[in-house]
Amino acid sequence: MIALVDYGAGNLTSVRKALSAIGADVWTPSVAGELGRAHGIIVPGVGHFDSTKALTDDWRTAIKTMVEDGVPLLGICVGLQWLFEGSEEAPGTPGLCVFEGTCFNLGTPSPKPPTSAKATVGRQVPSPLKVPHVGWNSIIAPRSTRLMSGVNDGSQVYFTHSYAAPVTEDAAAISEYGVPFSAAVERGNVSGVQFHPEKSGDVGLHILSNWTRWCGGSSGGARADAL
Amino acid sequence: MLSKRIIACLDVRDGKVVKGVNFEGLRDAGDPAALARRYNVEGIDEVVILDVTATIESRQARAHTIAAVAKEIFLPLTVGGGIRTEADAAAAIDAGADKVSLNSAALADPNLITTLAKRYGSQAVIVAIDAKRSRSRFEVYARSGQAATSRDAVEWAREATSRGAGEILLTSIDRDGTKAGFDCEMTAAVSDAVNIPVIASGGAGTFEHFAEVFGPGHADAALAASIFHFNEKSVSALKQHLAAVGIPVRL
Repeated sequence: MIALVDYGAGNLTSVRKALSAIGADVWTPSVAGELGRAHGIIVPGVGHFDSTKALTDDWRTAIKTMVEDGVPLLGICVGLQWLFEGSEEAPGTPGLCVFEGTCFNLGTPSPKPPTSAKATVGRQVPSPLKVPHVGWNSIIAPRSTRLMSGVNDGSQVYFTHSYAAPVTEDAAAISEYGVPFSAAVERGNVSGVQFHPEKSGDVGLHILSNWTRWCGGSSGGARADAL
Repeated sequence: MLSKRIIACLDVRDGKVVKGVNFEGLRDAGDPAALARRYNVEGIDEVVILDVTATIESRQARAHTIAAVAKEIFLPLTVGGGIRTEADAAAAIDAGADKVSLNSAALADPNLITTLAKRYGSQAVIVAIDAKRSRSRFEVYARSGQAATSRDAVEWAREATSRGAGEILLTSIDRDGTKAGFDCEMTAAVSDAVNIPVIASGGAGTFEHFAEVFGPGHADAALAASIFHFNEKSVSALKQHLAAVGIPVRL
């Protein structure tokens, strides 16, 4: 069973629908104590980083405990950003601090991320950039990860966000909008995607399927295997 | 690199896809879920369901149509037409829409943009602007192109952006359904005035029209209906053409 954490940040219908399509069983725990029976935890999210304040200490503790027990955790969009230390969008609202770094505004990037020569090739985005970054953009994998297994470099996925996580050694996929940013991250059993896999067609379903398989075979994966 | 998006619009009435010329003389083009399935296979980037008659007939887009389309595709899905209140928007989103498109209701009560942006995030709120050339300006029309507002499209796009809109869907009433090409001048005027993506609509007839609206028209996305519905041009062939002339698209 996959726990889809609902902390009031937008609509979970699409994520639930995509998980069902790949054969995963999903439920939305109403209290943090229910997380104990999860084989995997998803923290979704659209909108403002400040909304993650609703993930109160009981949720943070429960999620951390499960992660320490080896249960896979996946953050989507703001859910990925929450895995970092925080975001310029809501200074003072702490993230889960699994990954080092602070998420930055794509409109006024003061990027501290290490320059990736590979990621900056072909940069032709007109300036000034429109923010939010909305639409399909390509990703490349700087290393081999479980989450991005079988996804070709140059595959396109659907983004909609104004803030982004820096590129660090935890990056599992890198995209670029003016500056390079982490499109996906992975360390141990914690991973995250800045894009919306539930809105990214077959590529997105494949990535979700990689993750649910990781959670313990709850994925039938019929659709994603077609990729 | 960020791709230019190709968006298919399903103009729906009574659960069926229809498409007219200049918003009148609607003709039947089929089942929305079947069309969405076909577009998905062909590589469409997004789908918009527009209940073209909803505002006039005072009813909201039907939840079962939204759900039927949402079941077919794992792509961004926008619903417009008759979204008058926060409750209308919530019903569309609960049925499976990722974004709602506001038109007449936003003109009547611009606070609705902010209310929905706060509840669902700006990325979920598109403000649709139907505009017509009027001497040297672009005049905004409400109620499916029937009611002149005396507002200027560029000025209204700026206000919508400042109130929390995440994207602008700009339709040329003059070009809608004519296949004479997008109004690139109007699209560029609006796109240059705001810092959010602008989706151009109205007038798509040839592949070259799309290249024009992404080039001189400064559009971030282009929406079309009839060009795709009747198998006149396939989405995949369009994208191949755009890629060949150097426009970034998702292939």
